[in-house]
Parts: sequence; C-alpha cells; structure tokens
Amino acid sequence: MSASKRTPLYAVHKALGARLIPFGGWEMPVEYSGIAKEHTAVRTVAGLFDVSHMGEFEIRGREALDLIQSVTTNDAAKLMDGQAQYSAIAYPHGTVVDDVLLYRHRGDHFMMVVNAANVSKDFEWITSHNRSDATVDNISDDVTLLALQGPKAIDILQPLTNVRLAEIRYYHFAVAKILNVDAIISRTGYTGEDGFELYFSQKHSEPVWNSILEAGIPSGLVAAGLGARNTLRLEARMLLYGNDMDGTTTLLEAGLGSIVKFEKGEFIGRDALLKQKQDGVKRRLIGFEMVGREIARDHYPVFIDGQEAGHVTSGSPSITLKKNIGLAYLPAERAAIVSWCGARCQKQRSYERLSISAREDNCRGGL
Amino acid sequence: MSPDDLLYTKEHEWLRIAGDGGTVGITDHAQKELGDIVYVELPKAGTKFDSGETFGSVESVKAVSELYIPVSAEIIEVNDDLGSAPEKINEDPYGAGWMIRIRLLNKNETADLMSAEEYDEYTSEEKE
Repeated sequence: MSASKRTPLYAVHKALGARLIPFGGWEMPVEYSGIAKEHTAVRTVAGLFDVSHMGEFEIRGREALDLIQSVTTNDAAKLMDGQAQYSAIAYPHGTVVDDVLLYRHRGDHFMMVVNAANVSKDFEWITSHNRSDATVDNISDDVTLLALQGPKAIDILQPLTNVRLAEIRYYHFAVAKILNVDAIISRTGYTGEDGFELYFSQKHSEPVWNSILEAGIPSGLVAAGLGARNTLRLEARMLLYGNDMDGTTTLLEAGLGSIVKFEKGEFIGRDALLKQKQDGVKRRLIGFEMVGREIARDHYPVFIDGQEAGHVTSGSPSITLKKNIGLAYLPAERAAIVSWCGARCQKQRSYERLSISAREDNCRGGL
Repeated sequence: MSPDDLLYTKEHEWLRIAGDGGTVGITDHAQKELGDIVYVELPKAGTKFDSGETFGSVESVKAVSELYIPVSAEIIEVNDDLGSAPEKINEDPYGAGWMIRIRLLNKNETADLMSAEEYDEYTSEEKE
C-alpha cells in the first residue's frame, strides 16, 4: 500500500481538530464537531466540505463530444455551455466503471469529475477507448474542490464573488471569481440541499477555505466531513460508488435508468443494458427504513423467509428523519413488494448483527 | 485523566464498585472514538453474564460496538433513560451515561481490571 494522499487543506483540517480517516486512497476529514451537528447544520444553515480527493479530467478537441458520447451513458449532446450533467461510464456488460459529473464549457471543452478511488481506472479507460482527436488531461492534482451546501450557502457565498449566484440554475455553473481567484462555481452537490461546488487552483486552497468559513460562521456555517456527507447523501438517495453500485452491478439494477439514454446512439454498455431493459432486471436497489431502532450497516445480508436474498449497500441513522435507513439489493420480484410496503425491515435476532429481514406484514391494507 | 475511583477494561468499559455491587458504562475515550451515539441495546435485569461476555451493544452514526461485561455479574438495573437519550453517553459517560448496575458474582475478578493510570497509559499506547 502506498501512503495516503493529503489534500492541500490537510493542515487546516488538523488545526480545526478534524478526525482524519483513510478514504479512497486519501487521508480525509470524517468529522470536526460531530457528524450529527454537521449534518443538521447543512440541513438548516450550511456546511463547508473539502472534497478535493475527487478527480477532474479536461476533455478538449473538435471530437471531444464524440469521445464523451461513446464512453458515457447519458446524452451529453443535450448539454449547453455552462451546464452540468450526472452521467456514468459503463463496462460493455452494463456494470459501472464510475458515476461522473460532466461540465460543458464549450462544444470542444468539457470537464469530467470522477470518484477519488477511480481516477487512474477511469483515465486509463477513457484514453484507451479514445478513437477521436480529443485530448484527455488528468488535472486532479491541480484542482481544489470545496462544496458549500445548505439553505444559507447562497447568502454566505454571494459577498465573496462577482457573479449573481441566484442566476446560476441547478446543474449549471459559471466561471467567475471567488475573492480574486478564478473558479468554477457550480450549483450542484451531494447532500440533497441547495448549494455550490467550487473548483479552483489548489494553490489558493487555504485563503478561499478560510474566507468562506469566516464569512459563514456568524450565520452558523460549520466545517463538515465525509461522515456527514455520507448521511446527507443517503437521506437524499444519492448513490455512492463502491457501495451502492460498482463493477458487479448494472446501472439499471442500481435504479440509474434515467442516465442511460439508448436513443442517443452507440455507447459502451448499450447492447447489454438494452437487453437487460427488455428482459427485466433480476435484482434492484431499494431504499428501506428499519422498524426498530437497530441500524442495518453496510454489507449486512438481507434475509427473506429465512433465505439470504441480498445485502445492504449503505445503512445509517437518518439524522434528519430520526429513523434508520439504508439501501439494499433485493430480487426484483421481492423488491416490488418491499418497495410498495415502504420496505420496513428489522433485524432478525438480538445480538446477531448480521441480518435484517424484509417484513411484508408491515404493509397496511394488504397487497 | 480518567476518574481514579473506577476500574477499566481493555474494551473501554468502566466499573465503579460499591460493596458487592457495581455500575458499568463506557469510558470518555470510547465515546469520543464512537462519535454521536444513537442507540444502545442493553440486557434485561436478572440476566447473568460471565466475565468478558457481550452484554449489549452501542451504535453511533458511523459504527456499532459490542459491550463487554468487566466481571461475572447479574444485571440488577438498566439505565432506561438511555433509550430516549443515548446522547447522555457522549455528554456524561461516567455519570448520567451509566449503562447497567450489577451484582458481582466473583469479586476476585476485579484484580484483572486496569486502574485509571494503567488505562490512560493503555489508551495512549493504542493511539500510537
């Protein structure tokens, strides 16, 4: 194992008293003041996240769009300048190389944002499938990415920038200044709240981070870590690569059919996904809540009628809902029933921390 | 510095002895490691455990952790307040965050537990 990488803000996190953990090859802040406090701050005020571990590629050239269309599943031709899109890279058999965000600067200039643990894999995948004149540059090490998320994010950030933030619509971005630093200001996020993701040169990391935090502290802004990021995204049913989908699950099984655009033409994975769509998926990712106060954790097997039927991919307390929730793969025919019932689950046995069972008897009014 | 009137386990439980009874909880170090505690599963009064057995579990936002009984004991009382307010374990681990009151079944076993000084040394070594 090589040593974990550190973001340019590592020293700042240490000074703020963050607890740091290994994540996707990085040493990242998991919490500062506590996951619950940070989570609630994002839902009610705002939180500032350092997510510089994420990777960024720049794709340029006359045929940039052709390359992107061939290696991603969503329809990038629909993007306008200044617009962002959630998309995915699929293997030929329809499973997931990565889920990505795609930004269109111009028709011949795009940026792709990828998961930290997948940077090398994605870069090799895209460049090895590049039959066009497009160039692909991995700029991950040069870019700092901060996420300012929460209902007050816009008020906190507005005094620090020269762009009218209210004019940036959801899943759109502007190239503007934060203080005197050139940045991509994107109205996107991974929390289910309004907010912005800010991309800029890593050499400005500390002044930008400190200025935003200082500007927001009077209104209740807090530094937030990956722990809160995980509980926030799970409440919003946003999927996590490596947990909820990966190279063994297809986009359709993961419920990501909305970013698979068969009508756009050829792309890697199209044939397998089209066949699976026609045949019907055999298993599906479902959301569930626990009946009792137990928590179904990542990787717990799911039993139905005493038979192991699937497994939990993400499970956690929902801090906002004060319930315990999660995502699990279940056989499609059972998933339909369980989904209809609200998928309430409970652990099978006390002290046996390894199983939950989907309970159809929680259905009110019958099936 | 951990309270010096308590005894400690390697699994980060504390035991306060009073006569042949005692009170058990988890240490400040343990609650900090776990983070925000959201749920505690505790046994019923009357249950008996051998030293080192699992008597329950504590769940934080990020992890689940088993609870180990410091000495062979019968459960006399369970802190029911933790059902609705598990955060008391974070806020006051040696006071309002206590978990169970026990009757010791073999007092000699307390010799196997750590003093506050030994426990603090143990946790500082664990960190390194």
